[in-house]
Amino acid sequence: MRYLPLTEQDRAEMLGAIGVASVDDLFVDVPARARLPGLIEGLPLHAGEMAVERHMKGLAAKNLAADSAPFFLGAGAYRHHVPATVDHLIQRGEFLTAYTPYQPEIAQGTLQVLFEFQTQVARLFGTDIANASMYDGSTACWEAIGMAARITRRSRAVLCAGLHPHYVSQIQTMARFTGDTIETRAPTLEAQPDKSGLIDSIDEETSCVVVQYPDTLGRIPDLAAIADAAHENGALLIAVVTEPVALGLLEAPGNLGADIVVGEGQSLGVGLQFGGPYLGLFGCREKFVRQMPGRICGQTVDADGKRGFVLTLSTREQHIRREKATSNICTNSGLCALAFSIHMSLLGGEGLARLARRNHARAQAMVARLGAVSGVTCLNTAYFNEVTLILPADARETVRKLADRKVLGGVSLGRLFPHAPTLHNGLLVTATELTTDADIEALATGLAEVLA
Amino acid sequence: MNAPNPSGWRPSVGSGEPGNTGSSPTVSGDRGLTLEEPLSFEIGDSAKCGVDIEAPEAEPLASISAFLRKDAPQLPGLTEPECIRHYTRLSRQNYGIDLGPFPLGSCTMKHNPRLNEKVARLPGFADVHPLQPQSTVPGALEVIEQLADWLIALTGMHAVAMSPKAGAHGELCGLLAIRAAHDANGETRRIVLVPESAHGTNPATAAFAGYKVESIPATEEGRVDFDALKKRLGPDVAGVMITNPNTCGLFEPEMKAIGDAVHAVGGYVYCDGANFNAIVGKVRPGDLGIDAMHINLHKTFSTPHGGGGPGSGPVVLSEALAPFAPIPFVRRDDNGALRLIEEGETGDAAPLSFGRMTAFHGQMGMFTRALAYILSHGADGLRQVAEDAVLNANYVLRSCEDVLSAPFGNAGPCMHEALFSDTGLAEGFSTLDIAKGLIDEGFHPMTVYFPLVVKGAMLVEPTETESKLGLDRFIASLRSLAERARKGDESLHAAPVYAPRRRLDETQAARKPVLVWREEEG
Repeated sequence: MRYLPLTEQDRAEMLGAIGVASVDDLFVDVPARARLPGLIEGLPLHAGEMAVERHMKGLAAKNLAADSAPFFLGAGAYRHHVPATVDHLIQRGEFLTAYTPYQPEIAQGTLQVLFEFQTQVARLFGTDIANASMYDGSTACWEAIGMAARITRRSRAVLCAGLHPHYVSQIQTMARFTGDTIETRAPTLEAQPDKSGLIDSIDEETSCVVVQYPDTLGRIPDLAAIADAAHENGALLIAVVTEPVALGLLEAPGNLGADIVVGEGQSLGVGLQFGGPYLGLFGCREKFVRQMPGRICGQTVDADGKRGFVLTLSTREQHIRREKATSNICTNSGLCALAFSIHMSLLGGEGLARLARRNHARAQAMVARLGAVSGVTCLNTAYFNEVTLILPADARETVRKLADRKVLGGVSLGRLFPHAPTLHNGLLVTATELTTDADIEALATGLAEVLA
Repeated sequence: MNAPNPSGWRPSVGSGEPGNTGSSPTVSGDRGLTLEEPLSFEIGDSAKCGVDIEAPEAEPLASISAFLRKDAPQLPGLTEPECIRHYTRLSRQNYGIDLGPFPLGSCTMKHNPRLNEKVARLPGFADVHPLQPQSTVPGALEVIEQLADWLIALTGMHAVAMSPKAGAHGELCGLLAIRAAHDANGETRRIVLVPESAHGTNPATAAFAGYKVESIPATEEGRVDFDALKKRLGPDVAGVMITNPNTCGLFEPEMKAIGDAVHAVGGYVYCDGANFNAIVGKVRPGDLGIDAMHINLHKTFSTPHGGGGPGSGPVVLSEALAPFAPIPFVRRDDNGALRLIEEGETGDAAPLSFGRMTAFHGQMGMFTRALAYILSHGADGLRQVAEDAVLNANYVLRSCEDVLSAPFGNAGPCMHEALFSDTGLAEGFSTLDIAKGLIDEGFHPMTVYFPLVVKGAMLVEPTETESKLGLDRFIASLRSLAERARKGDESLHAAPVYAPRRRLDETQAARKPVLVWREEEG
């Protein structure tokens, strides 16, 4: 077996040194009836690299890769060009095969990356500080709600109607067990998100208002006005950014009054990967730092006075505080944070702004062409790179028919909101820097044919 | 000479006097291949960019003018050569398994096969959107099904929830299933029992799931105190969380009896599967009466740790808890086609599901790696994994127990990790000195000060991917350090002296947190 270095002679010598006759003597604490006498039945035996690769390639070949079709999906996971440098660097064994940096003297590479990552996230979000990552955007969102509850000592969270339905679903799962109250409703097909309705649902029991920016229908909420309303009631504003490239163009939520900003970092460096692993981003005001979940890297000095970095403020965390910890999170998303950070370092702030403008311009081209398809209208008047199209029929069927023509034509609102029939003619489409005119033409033609 | 940029960063330039390890006697701050590296903010420039981006063909819509960012994010860019060099230099300040043994107990730092990296990057897996029409992703669903089938077979359990993102998230999944099961039964149970030797995520997760945590003591033999546990069991106990093999590196021989006792009062047994590597292919947890167990794919099944994740924590479930499993999940329909069951389809398919734990479907990139790992090993290789892991740990235990106190060494063999304590070291010497001494010897230290039930714990998990030669070298270093600490060799307090940094001031870091770079502090 190519991964196991012990030879039969090694094993015999080691058993001799230990003073036992066979390896089974090392399993004596396992009750005899629980010990399997031989191999588990029905499972194949070991296989060579060629055979495994062939098997895995066979499975991969059954999927339609985004790169091999006109592609317009978004809804919380975005396809962007990832420079080759990113994947090369994250495969450096010193990064790939390191553990959480518990021994900082020999983990300064990981720690400095995390410090740089935290700074990048904070500057992108317009927050004072950021942590070293969470699992993904959805779990970061629930953690932010929990954090707001600890800070305000209230337990009623108000969610905007445009929050990603998977995020809402995950929040409802957790709240059912913690007893938090969650105010939520499905969106309506209006060009603007419902600001006054959202503001009206804030009361003096409200811990936080959770607003996605841009929202799931691609609309851009007025964060500043909602922040004012939240703060007047003693509640916090949590902004949720599922497409961080948008922040190259749109004002940072922290600069608009958001107290906590969370997001999905997958857009930069990480790739689609059928939904995971992704990267939870988490930033907030400095005064809340001791209520923040997750690992945090901080600057310090070593015994010689040299600058160095360590994991810090661990008295918030499970390995010290156990049941009183701010979160149960342990392993987070370190390698994805590295990928994000490399991609961001390559772009720089100006490059991100240029990338964002390019995305927005591609989306304008997409909207212009698709809006010209008979029966199709665009819901949004303002958007970044994603919009909701209104079709004359249920979009789920349209998406399936487009897929049959090898066009990955967006995400139907029926799939995202199965229990809100009034939305079912909605189709979410996204353009990025990867979207070509030919792609747009293919979708326009496909839509015209499918809807005819 | 100029500093690398005008922001003020300068390498610490030493006096050059002999014996002055505190600073480098070089102008650059580098010492041969020991390289210093400034922050990207100190070497980058907002005028630089490592990505050539086509100019936007249109101005932003007038309708978004009120939302536009006033200034681009204040982040300098790096060109590609500068970027490659920055991160490559930083990587050299890191220790990874690729460099040598990484014997962190309970973390299972084993070799990461590169085939797994290769297959995870196939466009059919890496470049697939989670919300693509299901007809375009049958291979992805098949990966999930095949891995699920293996996990069920290896554990002897009834079902598996694949979406949890990491071990602690898997613990949460198990506890939510337990709560949902009690809720469905009309019961309100508020207590979860957790042994004091448990990993911190266990009590933290129980609290996160809305439970009150009570601690169960350990016996002098390092096992769960079954009598104390039995005494506490009652109708208010929702369940117990047991780690098996436990955090002392020992198998809990009374696991089945514990399960029977918990079930007798209507509770459920959660097993922390962090240490599954010790028994994979040898013992099926399902034969021991457990109801839920997470499997860290980033431990037993070797997906890379990546400096702190991503992990993946599928949870195997008993027949009693399976109906409460989270959505989404994969199931074959009447025609034999794989279907992803999500919100719109749960009514009939999963009426009791406790709901969704995360956006999308879980850590697909880890599933592909874990499946490739499992197929490579097969049933025979996985069994050999457990045997070699246990053999290696016992070899370390017996090779060092004359110089390092092994608190449970007399009780018999250990499982896949060898536990030592700092009892017997000279006055003023502790586990920390041994750990930092190992760094100077070129090894990553073991897990230290965990489990909490042992004074100055040192938990060594070599894993099965260490050769005998590698172990002998590690043992020689560990023995030498133990002997120095027993004799009171003061020089050990200075360790490490050969690492990129010496001991770091963690107190200062926590007292006055500096968590982001600011120009004035640079």
